[in-house]
Amino acid sequence: MKLFRIRGGVHPKGRKHLSEDKPIANLPLPELLHVPLQQHIGAPAVAVVKKGDAVKKGQVIAVAQGTISAPVHAPTSGTVNGLGRYTAPHPSGLPGRTITIRTDGRDAWTDDLPAPMEPFTSSPQAIAQRVKDAGIVGMGGATFPSAVKLNLGDRYDLHTLIINGAECEPYLTCDDRLMREHPADVATGVRIMARALEVKRTIIAIEANKPDAIRRMRQAVKDLDGVQVVEVPTRYPMGSEKHLTQTLLGLETPARGLTAEIGAVVHNAATAFAVYEAVVKGRPLISRVVTISGEAVTNPANLRVPIGTPVAQLLEYAGGLKTEPERLLLGGPMMGQPLADLKVPVVKGTNGVLALSGLEAATKSVKASCIRCASCVDACPCGLVPLDMAAAIRKEEMEIATQSGLMDCVGCGSCAYVCPSNIPLVQYFNYAKGRITYLQRAEHKQKETKRLAELRTERMERIAAAKREAMAKRKAEQARKKAEKAAKNQHQEKATV
Amino acid sequence: MISAIVSLALLGLGLGVMLGFAAKYLKVEAGALVQEIEAMLPGSQCGQCGFPGCGPAAEAVANGQAQVTMCPPGGRTLAQALADMLGVSADLSGMEEQAPQVAFINEQLCIGCTKCFKRCPTDALVGANRQIHVVIKDACTGCGKCVDVCPTESILLRDVPVTLETWYWPKPPEPFDEIRLAS
Repeated sequence: MKLFRIRGGVHPKGRKHLSEDKPIANLPLPELLHVPLQQHIGAPAVAVVKKGDAVKKGQVIAVAQGTISAPVHAPTSGTVNGLGRYTAPHPSGLPGRTITIRTDGRDAWTDDLPAPMEPFTSSPQAIAQRVKDAGIVGMGGATFPSAVKLNLGDRYDLHTLIINGAECEPYLTCDDRLMREHPADVATGVRIMARALEVKRTIIAIEANKPDAIRRMRQAVKDLDGVQVVEVPTRYPMGSEKHLTQTLLGLETPARGLTAEIGAVVHNAATAFAVYEAVVKGRPLISRVVTISGEAVTNPANLRVPIGTPVAQLLEYAGGLKTEPERLLLGGPMMGQPLADLKVPVVKGTNGVLALSGLEAATKSVKASCIRCASCVDACPCGLVPLDMAAAIRKEEMEIATQSGLMDCVGCGSCAYVCPSNIPLVQYFNYAKGRITYLQRAEHKQKETKRLAELRTERMERIAAAKREAMAKRKAEQARKKAEKAAKNQHQEKATV
Repeated sequence: MISAIVSLALLGLGLGVMLGFAAKYLKVEAGALVQEIEAMLPGSQCGQCGFPGCGPAAEAVANGQAQVTMCPPGGRTLAQALADMLGVSADLSGMEEQAPQVAFINEQLCIGCTKCFKRCPTDALVGANRQIHVVIKDACTGCGKCVDVCPTESILLRDVPVTLETWYWPKPPEPFDEIRLAS
């Protein structure tokens, strides 16, 4: 198959050898699970259990709120220890709404699991509904509710389903292991999604550095019509959905648009596996494969982890740290978020836990000024000019940054990776994106304040007017009575006279 | 000589007529600037500037009687915007970016006197006689008018807490700061 070249990108050292040959192991059940209500993009789920409730594995513990949301299920059986705020897997380290479950070790499934469906005769709507009920979100890290993406066929003319098995972030091997160990199940999940989307063509894209996964997936789909496995070059950020689509189809997604606008929908390989579990077995998304790696980890591993397990448990299972890590990350080294605390839980979008030691983290402490070498311009896969954007943001000129394409930045970090001055370009962009949202919110609030103040002034005037009117009425009444009385008196006087 | 006088006289006459018409038909309303400034102000009529409301404050700024930095809720951003619009240079050094605040009622001290919500310019307080009053946080601008009138000092202004939804990455430190720190 002919592949198209994308611009930019970088070649960071893969370092997948640390964990790529470690089979997926089940992490022993921890004593406490902290299951956040917001594990996806969109509105947070609403808890439907209370403190002290007994829950069974797979039981719904929080329901979706609105279209762009996802329900949350109990990852194992036990009792609800409490509903409260707990450190979220977020760079800020701030707490978020969380359900804490004390596990009972029996791992007993609920009796209310939905019945398994016949995958290849069910209607697309039924499949999308099942995916929604199972709480499946994009497992590559974006955590967008998958059912919404399976319904895109209603609005767009779709022709291709792309399964993203690129896994372009260094260190991460969870999708690789999943495709190597469960190729048939992943393939079934892919076929179910293709059926839900009603597309003719399916492409499973895997980076060239995973030859075994490519071989096994090819084996699994060899008898299927319209499904092909394509080897894509190893280059970061190949796994970005817009860039993967461009590589495979040669079509560029419109700025700030969806890939569906050019007829393609991209789903992650791990999402395909979760769809298989939900449709064929009726199981909701309650665990996921996580890579724990980095040179500071004693025994890097790929683990199947119940959602809500604290990161510390994964580290403990991997034999702990052999050296003091310079950086602890959730996700890959390029786009991962710093780990605020080891107690943060694994969520649906967690694909890796990394402990990087001095050499590999390459956190060069001294940062210098921009020398305008334009290395970042060459590296940017989106065709932006990072150096100009960062310069504008430094001066708080957000409008100029936006005009230069800030909102088209996918935050891949290629620019910061190549920068010889070690300028934290991505942090500038993240700051600017947050700042712009903040300013928009402030502007909205000001408008609302004005509206409220005007309404109040109007009401006050109305009340004052009503009071004046009442007063005038009363005065008139009094005057009339007085006149009447006077007339009466006169009359009486006349009578007496 | 004569042709020069005539041409210059005609030119002067023509331009004079044009100016006369321009003055009549392209007249700028005197209140336009005031209105423009008022539109930029927060509009909560909080009175922290020392004027009775945003309208009088806008008038004062337009007449040069007030500084562009007079509006605490508008903060640095507003002062900068006003200075840019009026073409004046403003001393923003004394203006710290004010963290947004909202009123908070200590329910144990509230006696339900209804004084506060009568003063609130945005109707952000609700309550009734002898009932504990409550703040609608989304409507509160943190102007502090209620704090002044509360007879039991049960109202405090608190910083709006940062949540997962409102948090964003801090701005990276300037490169030279770090080099200085390192050396």
